[in-house]
Amino acid sequence: MAVDVDTEARAADGAAVPEEIKGRSLSAIAWGRFRRDKTAMVALGVLIFLLACALFAPLITNLLGLDPYSLNPDAISAENGGVPNGCGLPDSSFFCGLSWQHPFGVEPGTGRDLLARLLYGLRISLFIAFSATTITVLLGTMFGIVSGYLGGRTDAVIGRLMDLILSFPTLLIILALSGVLTQRLEAMGVPEGNPARITYLILVLSVFGWPYLARIVRGQVLSVREREFVEAAIAMGSGTRRILFKEILPNLWAPIMIYATLTLPTYIATEAVLSFLGVGVLPPTPTFGAILADSVSYMNIIPSYLLIPGVLLALVVVTFNLVGDSVRDALDPRAGRV
Amino acid sequence: MSGYIVRRIISMVLMLLLLTLVVFLLFSVLPTDPARLTCGKACTPEVIAANRHNLGLDLPLLQQYWEFLKGLVVGRTYGSGTQTYSCDAPCLGYSFKRGEEVSVLIKQGFPATFWLATGAFVLWIGVGVSVGIYAALRRGRWQDKTVMGISLIGYSLPSFFIGLVLLYFVVLKWELLPYPSYVSPFENPLQFLQTMILPWIVLAILYAAFYMRLTRNQMLDTLGEDYIRTARSKGLPERTVVRKHGLRAGLTPIVTAAGLDLAGLLGGAIITESIFSLPGIGSLAVNSVVDADLPLIVGITLVTATFIIVANLIVDLLYAVIDPRVRLV
Repeated sequence: MAVDVDTEARAADGAAVPEEIKGRSLSAIAWGRFRRDKTAMVALGVLIFLLACALFAPLITNLLGLDPYSLNPDAISAENGGVPNGCGLPDSSFFCGLSWQHPFGVEPGTGRDLLARLLYGLRISLFIAFSATTITVLLGTMFGIVSGYLGGRTDAVIGRLMDLILSFPTLLIILALSGVLTQRLEAMGVPEGNPARITYLILVLSVFGWPYLARIVRGQVLSVREREFVEAAIAMGSGTRRILFKEILPNLWAPIMIYATLTLPTYIATEAVLSFLGVGVLPPTPTFGAILADSVSYMNIIPSYLLIPGVLLALVVVTFNLVGDSVRDALDPRAGRV
Repeated sequence: MSGYIVRRIISMVLMLLLLTLVVFLLFSVLPTDPARLTCGKACTPEVIAANRHNLGLDLPLLQQYWEFLKGLVVGRTYGSGTQTYSCDAPCLGYSFKRGEEVSVLIKQGFPATFWLATGAFVLWIGVGVSVGIYAALRRGRWQDKTVMGISLIGYSLPSFFIGLVLLYFVVLKWELLPYPSYVSPFENPLQFLQTMILPWIVLAILYAAFYMRLTRNQMLDTLGEDYIRTARSKGLPERTVVRKHGLRAGLTPIVTAAGLDLAGLLGGAIITESIFSLPGIGSLAVNSVVDADLPLIVGITLVTATFIIVANLIVDLLYAVIDPRVRLV
């Protein structure tokens, strides 16, 4: 009672009331660590900017008066094989083809604006990467939990399945199956053309990606399932599903988050590689890989056509990686920097 | 130990069987008719039917698979009567599209891939591991941060972009090297080096970036161990502590990663080979997919998967040799 009076008196005097000790959640602690990491915050800023660019691509291009699909015959010279104005072999300068109207230049042959195409490309690439990461995380978590918790024969079967998937020459299989499986998807009702191709990309990325996460999750589950609260849940008669998803899953979100943030940039890069090799999205729909693949034939004449999309792609991947690294450091300070 | 090896080899063979079966079934859904690919435009249905029979493509799928497996072990004879073609064991099949045995095609592609993989391997291990150790010894200082930053950028850049940029600047713009054109190192060593240097660098950048981080983190983990403190406290010079006590334990996980990566590359580096037009297994794989050359696709898949699975075994055995704490049971 005396304490209460004392506190009230001090509060009345305007002195600081001793702050109540609050329990901080795991995510609050991690966010605190993340916020103190300057590189991480800068990277997060760039990341949010890039995400906004992708999300509002139609709005931005409209404001700039650009369009990714409309042809601009006056930006290219027809007698010069359709390369952008100012570009030509004898004295092709580094910045040829760039103008105030088309700051990143235009696509040779059609004159479509490159900035608008890159913005739309970013949108599609991110959509593919996000969807594939989501499916990968769902599959990996599910198989990892089930395999780790049930053990025995289930674990052995899932383990062999993962070994099998991991020993496939992935890129070769993805290339080889693209034609057939895209047709299958179309036969199953996915709209023809790019929707089917994008669905295929998302599916193969996830199917070949989940075993890595499943291994990590399985390892975690093996240790978590021996803990007392799981035993208590079993003693109380909880069903397996409840134990898996209500007791064990909440303990796994740190490794899953870390894996997801580091997988996303890999998927962006892989999507670009696949589009580069011709498996991905069809023209005129733009993606990073498709634009880069097209730029190869003009490499010598329009260097900016190769370098601008390439540097931008690298920037996107680096930013995501930086954020992913920092998320790992924040959630699991021991793992990265010791 | 020997029991362990036997068990591992058995499970390895089972895995390869399963793998080929899956590839076989996956590709049987291909809409292209392999028999149709065997002869050109002026082809009569009779010829196609005859070829289909000669290739055994009229058999049920599982029986085709069985024939394929038999061919691997005892060889195989295509056709019947006077027109036969025998393919000796291990027979990976016959590519009618290219008029050559699959195993011969893979053997032709192997040298380019082999030189590419081993050259890049030497570069990336040399650079990656030494820079990683350097960063670990300067942990938290600017050298460490610079190395980690470079490594992050290195593994974020897609390999095809690095390749194209190098090709553009070094070959096209500054004309420091002639346009890549592969020859055997025994034929024309200079041209070989001029061709291979860029692909080596591209692959090495990609992998070295990853190995720098791996090495650094491994070294830091190891240098935090109790026995390192013991070694220091008994007055050993820092050099000995790092070299004898730190490196040996710290580098074992790197052996694992390196073995698997090298094996993966021996199965063909699809992107690097296509960009620099190296006639290796990677290019062969891409072309086989473009031509829907089923026997070749299955053959390459089998060979590359074998590399990976065998490397897995070798690496696990090596691991036990380097690190006596590891027991194989």
